Amino acid sequence: MLEIVNVSRRFGDFQALNEVSLQVQAGEFFTLLGPSGCGKTTLLRSIAGFDTPDSGDILLDGKSLLALPPEKRPVHTVFQSYALFPHMTVADNIAFPLRMSGVGKAEIERRVADVLEDVRLPDKAKHFPEELSGGQRQRIAIARALVNRPRLLLLDEPLSALDAKLREQMQIELINLQKEVGITFVYVTHDQGEALALSHRIAVMNKGEVSQIDEPSLLYSSPKNRFVADFIGQCNLLDGKVVSCDGATTRITIDGLGELAVQSNPNIPFNVGDDCALTLRPEKIRLAKSVAPESDEVHFPGTVHDMLYLGDVTVYIIEVKRDGHPVLIEALLANSAPGRARLLDTGDAVEICWPRDAGHLVR
Amino acid sequence: MRRRNPLVTSAAVGVYAFLYIPLIVVAIFSFNDSRLNAEWVGFTMKWYRQLIENDAMLQAAANSLIIASCAAIAAGVLGTLAGVALHRFRQKWLTALVLGPVAMPDILIGVSLLLTFMLMNISLGMMSIILAHVTFCIGFVAMAVQSRMAGMDDSLLEAARDLGASQWQSFRLITLPLLMPGIVAGMMMAFTLSIDDFVVTFFTAGVGSSTLPLEIYSMVKIAVTPEVNAVSTLLMLLTLILITALSRFSPQSLRS
Repeated sequence: MLEIVNVSRRFGDFQALNEVSLQVQAGEFFTLLGPSGCGKTTLLRSIAGFDTPDSGDILLDGKSLLALPPEKRPVHTVFQSYALFPHMTVADNIAFPLRMSGVGKAEIERRVADVLEDVRLPDKAKHFPEELSGGQRQRIAIARALVNRPRLLLLDEPLSALDAKLREQMQIELINLQKEVGITFVYVTHDQGEALALSHRIAVMNKGEVSQIDEPSLLYSSPKNRFVADFIGQCNLLDGKVVSCDGATTRITIDGLGELAVQSNPNIPFNVGDDCALTLRPEKIRLAKSVAPESDEVHFPGTVHDMLYLGDVTVYIIEVKRDGHPVLIEALLANSAPGRARLLDTGDAVEICWPRDAGHLVR
Repeated sequence: MRRRNPLVTSAAVGVYAFLYIPLIVVAIFSFNDSRLNAEWVGFTMKWYRQLIENDAMLQAAANSLIIASCAAIAAGVLGTLAGVALHRFRQKWLTALVLGPVAMPDILIGVSLLLTFMLMNISLGMMSIILAHVTFCIGFVAMAVQSRMAGMDDSLLEAARDLGASQWQSFRLITLPLLMPGIVAGMMMAFTLSIDDFVVTFFTAGVGSSTLPLEIYSMVKIAVTPEVNAVSTLLMLLTLILITALSRFSPQSLRS
C-alpha cells in the first residue's frame, strides 16, 4: 500500500537516509524505530510532504506522492507537540480538515460529534486546547487527524510527552483505535518497548539505513545484527570467532569464555575464522549458587559483580573468569518468592548455564 | 512578602517624580486662570474653550489623527509582512535592513526623506508626512510580529498544511489570528510614535499640513501659553489611553 523505494536524503554532510526501501501493508500498524538521528523522522516527514528526498520514490497505492504538496496527500500526521490550534476550540480544531475539504456544515457537526465520542471526550467540544490535560490533547490530535479518514496516519513520537502510567494506557487505546478504524498507521518512536507493544511490524533504523524489518517477536528472538540485538531489549553481546560449522551446531571461541557450542543461524552463513557475536537474552540464562546443567547446556562458574533490584526481577551482573580475561554477563532472577530478592549477594560465587539454542549468532 | 529596602523605595519614588512631575505641572497649569505659568490663581476651563475655537489647532489635530491612522495601518500591513519574512528567512542583513530606521536618528531620516521627496518631485503635504512616518513605523510592527512568530510552534503551520489547507489558507486561518496581538500592539506603537513625531514631520510637512506637535512648537516660539498646556494635556491623555490599551495587548500578557 505504501512503498518507499530507494529513498535517500542528505543534509549537508549528514546522510539522513541512505537508499531506504520498505513496504507497508494496508491496515498495518507499522513502526519506524531507532535512536535519534537514525532518519526515522526524516522519512516520516518525506511521506507527509514536509521534506523532499534527494532520490528515490514514495508510492501510495501505486502512485507517487512526491509531486504533491502536503495538503494534497491523503495522509495526516499526529505531531509530537500535538500542534492543536490554540485559538480554536476542540470542535473547530477537529472540524478544520473537514472545512478544508469542503464538507457541509451539518455533516461537519455530525462527524465532529462522532469522532469526539470515539476518543471518549464528547463534553470537551467547546473547550480550548490549553484547558485540556496532556492525554486529552493527545486524543484530540488523533481525532483531528482521523476525522476525514486519511489513507494513512503518521504518528511522530505521539506519546513521548506523557508520563509512564498514562503512556501505557494510551498505548492500549492506540492499539484498539487502530483496530477499530482500520486505517494504516506509520508510527515513529525511539522507545523499543513502545514499538514492541504496539506494532504489527517494526523497521529498525540505524544511521539512515534499515537494519531489519520484522514482527516484534522475531525482532526480539532473531535479531539480524548486533545493532538490532543491542537496541531491542536487554542483551548480552559476546564477541568471538567461528571455530567450526557443522550444520545445526557452530562452535565458537569467545574471549575469556573459551570454546563453546551454539545453534547455527540458518539465515547467516558463517565460515571458519569469521568474526561473530553471540547475542544472549538475560532471561534465557539460568543462575543459582549451583546449577546442574543438562546435556545440551553450556555452563560457567562466576561471581556476582553487581546487582540491580527492580521489584519484579533482580538483574545480576555476573563476572565469569575462565582464562584470565573476565567477561561480564547479565542474568535475571524473578523475585516471586518472598525473601528471594536477597538470595544472592555481591561477591557470591554462582554458576550460570544456558541451553545451546538460547544464544543467537550474528555477525 | 519581601521586605522593602527603604533606599530602593526612595530611589524609585525619586525617579518617578522626576519623570512625571513636569507632566503633572503642565496638566495643573492648563486649568490655571492666569496667562502666566508662575502661580496658581484659580480654576478655569477657558483655555480648553479657546482651544476649541482655535481653527488652526483643530485642523492640526485632525491632520495628526489622519496621519497617525494612515501610518499605523500602512505600517501594520507592511510590518506584518516584514516580520513574517524576518522569521522565515532568518538573515542577519535582512533584520538590519528592516530594523535600521528604528535605530536611525530622526534628524537623519527627516533630512534624507526631504531630499528624496525633492528629487522625486513629490510635493510636501499630508501624503509625504504619511510616507515618512510609515518608514520609521514599519520596524516597530515588524519587531512585534517577529517576536510573536518566534514564540509560535512551527508544527502548527505544518499541521494546517497536513490537514488540507493551502499555503494561503494556513496563513489566513492560523498564522494571522495568532499574530494578531503582535500586529495590534505594533500598530498602536506606530500610532503613538506618529502622533507625537516632531523632527521627521518638521522636514516633510508642507504648507497647510501642520500637525499637532508642529503647531504646539510654533506657539511655544512666542511663549508657553496656558493654551499650550491645555493641548499638551489632551495629547498626554490620548497617549495614556493608547499606552494602557497597548499594555493589555503586549505579547507577554497573551499566552500563545
